[in-house]
Order: sequence, then structure tokens, then C-alpha cells
Amino acid sequence: MIHLRLERRGTTPAWLNLVLPVFAILAALALCSGLVALAGADVVDAYAQLFLTPFSTGFDLEQTAIKAAPLVLTGLAVAIAFRARFWNIGGEGQLYAGAMGAAFFGTQTWLPVGLLWPAMILAGALAGAAWALLPAVLRTRFKVDDVVATLLLNFILLYGVSALLNGPWKNPQSAYPTSPEILPDAQFPVLPGTEQLHLGVAIALVAVAVVWFILNRTTFGFTVKAVGENARAAAYAGISTVRTILATALLSGALAGLAGAGEVGGVHYQVMADLSPGYGYTGIVIAMLARLNPLGVLPAAIFYAAVITGAEGMSRATGVPVFLADVIQGVSLLCMLTALLFTQYRLRVAQPHHAPS
Amino acid sequence: MTGLWDLLLQVGFLAALIRIATPLIFATIGELLTERAGVLNLGVEGIMLLSAMTGFSAAYFSGDLWIGIAAAATTGAAMGLLMGLLTVTLGLSQHVSGLGVTMLCSGLAFYFYRLIFGEPSQPPSVTPFKAAPIPFLSDIPLLGPVLFNQYALSYIAFAAVLAAALALKHTPWGLSLRTVGENPRAADAAGVNVAALRYQALMLSGALMGIGGAYLSLAQYNAFTFGVISGRGWVAIALVVFGQWQPWRSALGALLFALIDALQLRLQASGWIHLPYQVFLMLPFVLTILAMALVSRNARAPAALLVPFRKEER
Repeated sequence: MIHLRLERRGTTPAWLNLVLPVFAILAALALCSGLVALAGADVVDAYAQLFLTPFSTGFDLEQTAIKAAPLVLTGLAVAIAFRARFWNIGGEGQLYAGAMGAAFFGTQTWLPVGLLWPAMILAGALAGAAWALLPAVLRTRFKVDDVVATLLLNFILLYGVSALLNGPWKNPQSAYPTSPEILPDAQFPVLPGTEQLHLGVAIALVAVAVVWFILNRTTFGFTVKAVGENARAAAYAGISTVRTILATALLSGALAGLAGAGEVGGVHYQVMADLSPGYGYTGIVIAMLARLNPLGVLPAAIFYAAVITGAEGMSRATGVPVFLADVIQGVSLLCMLTALLFTQYRLRVAQPHHAPS
Repeated sequence: MTGLWDLLLQVGFLAALIRIATPLIFATIGELLTERAGVLNLGVEGIMLLSAMTGFSAAYFSGDLWIGIAAAATTGAAMGLLMGLLTVTLGLSQHVSGLGVTMLCSGLAFYFYRLIFGEPSQPPSVTPFKAAPIPFLSDIPLLGPVLFNQYALSYIAFAAVLAAALALKHTPWGLSLRTVGENPRAADAAGVNVAALRYQALMLSGALMGIGGAYLSLAQYNAFTFGVISGRGWVAIALVVFGQWQPWRSALGALLFALIDALQLRLQASGWIHLPYQVFLMLPFVLTILAMALVSRNARAPAALLVPFRKEER
């Protein structure tokens, strides 16, 4: 008789960081194949559509990269916040705050042409940071639960955006509730050597490197980790948890705000109510799959960008509802969370005569 | 100002408070029960959404609204079971598990709705619940039409508050549940099965959240829409804190939220203030956060909330 038992691990081997997310994604796809079959589609065909369309032509590849850019930024935003155990679920709201900041400066004719998009990027980051500071202050000063605060603030901001777009900030030339288009000079430049990749994609890549550097090579990064792992011990070591959480929130919000600025400056050139199909929430899944590691955020973001882009093509070709993408996100998050058990435990085959019963 | 007082004392307005509060009460009492057992269930928004969908579909095809409610309660309980598997058996992060369950449930709700109903230009609808006046009591002036001429589900919601309050305070089950949430080690030493109680709390509360969701698609409205819950689940979590984990106080919080919600609806309709209607929709959320800021400092959550219990580890 073979006995399997779970044993606590001392350290986590590095290869698990690569294996676990892949395992989680495969498990999620296996679980979701039941849903595909229920929709009356051939599972292999549907998954082929899902994963081939985003990479089949150069155009599609660039489209996937453009979709991945905001996801990289919201993923980083969540990764840095969760490291400090600041439960920032407000990436969606912070993204819209950044989008509004950027769209506002993108329409200002008094700005010198060369300063338009730098101003948009700065305004996007600042607006996102400011909107994230609010729940951080609510938590540090008033002990308001950060999950609830960041989520409720998402609703508040989205209603606010909607009110502005239907009222004072409505584009008079449009029948739809959208903000005025940004000036042609404010549109983000296309990166050299590409057809459509805009500045926002480069910003996302730079952000990965910067956040990695901050978390791994600076005192602040160490502080964030210390507060996240054991706030009380950090406090004994003379680290101010309040200041760390406020700074983390600012950085997290700025990253999500940059995602919004990129969508306005590089893709839509205006703010509308459906600017983001939930990039802020997908950021949570991405950060978890990356094990809160900035370098892992990049491949995870590309994967979900592919799922989101591919779902449209799959739906058109096979009739499987496009919402399969949402289910895959939820299931893979839960699979990854479960897989993380293997970082703490290992499965051991226990020898019967050694095993205490 | 007299206009406002007239409005507040109108029978229709007061009756609307209870109608608006009903789904929040279901969700809040559900959330309260799991939190008292030591598990934060952040899946409530998704559980309500998925149950609103399954409840609506079951009612649509069976032609019986109560079958819809039963389907919604079953859906909610099943999702409570899933939360239990993740947070109790596997001892995973309650925060991330709950967010994952919400994402999964929202995705499933949209997926199956599209699969079942396609993309019709006119969303399918049912004949929703009608008010069920209680004989004699509903004839009492003012009080009767406000309190006793409501949907059957509203009476059930208040009965659930009463039952939760009594069960927590006066039954052995309630005592065990509270001990599990405050000091699971002591509960275990006293022979209480910690895991079993947490599972019970999660499934029961899932069922309540499910009924709350189906109330929206079968009583308050007559169809399922993607925005049918629109944040009520998250508000329920806030209301538990606002009510300091006490059933009646949390229900009172739900009524206060309903008051603000009903007020903003009336203000919108009155045309006294000319603002885009989204500003009014925002108002209850702003006030919820303000209320949280006022009470959270003194709030004392169950001591073992968020802490997984592993029997073999000391």
C-alpha cells in the first residue's frame, strides 16, 4: 500500500516558479473544456482558434502586444500592492482616473506640441496615484478594509466618468457618451520598426524593468517586502508601515493610471465608458500567476492578452460565447492559488514501515 | 424642507425602503454568518450574480418563481462549498479565493446566459413576484402597507435576520460557530468540528446570497441583466463591518443604505436637482465609504477571521 502525504517544505525550488503557472493554466484549460463541449463546439478546434488567432499574422501579433500593454501595467500595480499586503482591487478605477487625466491634457491647445504626450503620461500616473492614495489613507488612518474601499471606489469612479461623459465633458461632435478627442499631436507616436505598436507598449516594458529594480535592488523594495511578510516585525525594525503602504499605493495607482493613459494616447484617443474590459481585475490574475514577480508579469500579461483577443475570433468561428475568457481567468486564478500549496508542501510517498500512522 | 419630510413619510417611499433593502439583507446576513465562523467570503458579488442568472433561468423554463429561488439557493450553496474547499480544506488565502470565486461566478453567469438565451434584441423576462399582503396586518394604517404588504421574500429576509440573531446567541450551534470564529483551537479542544462548522456556515450563507441575487432578477426586476447586482455584494461586506458583526445592526445598515438609494431615486425623478443621474447612483457608494470610515476604527472583527485552521499544526 502506497501512502501519499503532504510534508512541509523548507525552501521553494526556483523551477516551481515556472512550472506552477503553466500547470495552473493547463488545469484551467482542462476544466474549461467541459464548458466548450457544452456549447457544442469541438474542444481542440475552439482552443486552436483561441490561441492561434492572436499570433497568426504580424498584425494580430502587434494587436496582442497592444492589448498586453495595459495588462502588464495593471499586473505590476497589483503585484507591488499585494507584496505589501495592500489589497488594491481598485486597478480598474485607477486606470480610468489615469485615462481621464491623460485625456484632459491631451485636449489642451495651450500646451506646446512637444509637451502634449509627456503631460498626458504624467497626468495619467498622477491621477491613478491620487485615486489609489484615497483607500490607502482610509486604511491607515481609519482602518477601513482596503478590499471593500478600493472596490467601492471603482464603482464611484465609473459612475463619475459616466456622469462626466453624459454631461459637462461630452464630446459635442459625437452621438455617444465619449470625451472630446485628444489633439492629433497628442496621439502617442508609433514605435520605429513597427506598424502599430505605440509608446504605451514601450512604457509597459520599461515599467517591468523599473518595478523589478525597485523591488529587488532598493531599500524601499526591501521595506515593501518586510511589511508584507510581517508588519509587526517590520515595525520593530523601525519601518513605518503607514508610510510604506501609502508609498506602495501611490506607485501601484500610478502604474494602473499609466495603463489608462496608454489606452487614451495610443488606442482610443478619448475616454468612453467601456474603455477597459476589466483590465484592472485581470491584473489580479496576472500578478498571482507571476507570483508577484515583475518579470513574471510580462509573460502572464501576454497570455491573457491572447485569451482576450483570441476569444473574439473563437466566438465568431465556433459559436462558443466570448465570456469563456472570463471563466478561464477565474478558474486559472483558483488553480494557481491551489498550486501554490506546492511551494509550502511537497507530496511524499511514505514508506509504510517508516510512516507513523 | 417640508417637501423632503412629506416624501420621507409617504407610504410608497417607506415600502420601497424594504424592497430595496431585501437583497442586501440576504447578502449581509450570509456574509455575517461566514465571517462569524472565521471565513471572509469575498465571493458574494459573483455568487449573487450567478444565482440571479440560474434563478432566472430556472423560473423562466419551469414557469415557477419558487423553483427559481430554489435553484438560486442551490447555486449559492454550491459556491459556498467551493469556497469551503479552497479556504477550509486547502487553507488558501481567503482574500484571493474570494476574488477568484467572484471572477469565476461572473464569468459563468455571462457564459451560460449567452449559451442559454443567445443574444436576443429583447431580453427574455418572467412575470415577477407580486406583493403578498398579510391578512389583517396589512390593513393597519401606515404600518400595514409599509411592513405587511411586501414580497414574501422580504418577510423571509427579516425572518432570516431574526433566526440568525437567535441562533448565534441562544443555540449550541451558534455558540460553536462563534467559538470557531474567535478561537478555533479552543473549539477543537471542546470537541467541535471546526471544518464542518465552517462548511455549514459557508453553504448556508451561499444559499442566502443566492436568494438575494435571485430576488433582483425575479422580484425587483423581471429579467437577468449583466449589471443586475452592480456592487450590492461588495456593499454587503461593508454592511457587516458597519453592523459590527451583529445581525440586527447589519440589517439596520441595509435599511440605511436603502434609504439613501430610495432617496437618490426620488431626487432623480423629482427634477429638483439637475445633475446627470449617475451622480445620484454614486451617492450610496460614497456614503457607504464614509460610514465605513466612521465605524471601522472601533470595529472588532472575529479574532480568527482570515486565519486558516489546521488541526495537526500547533
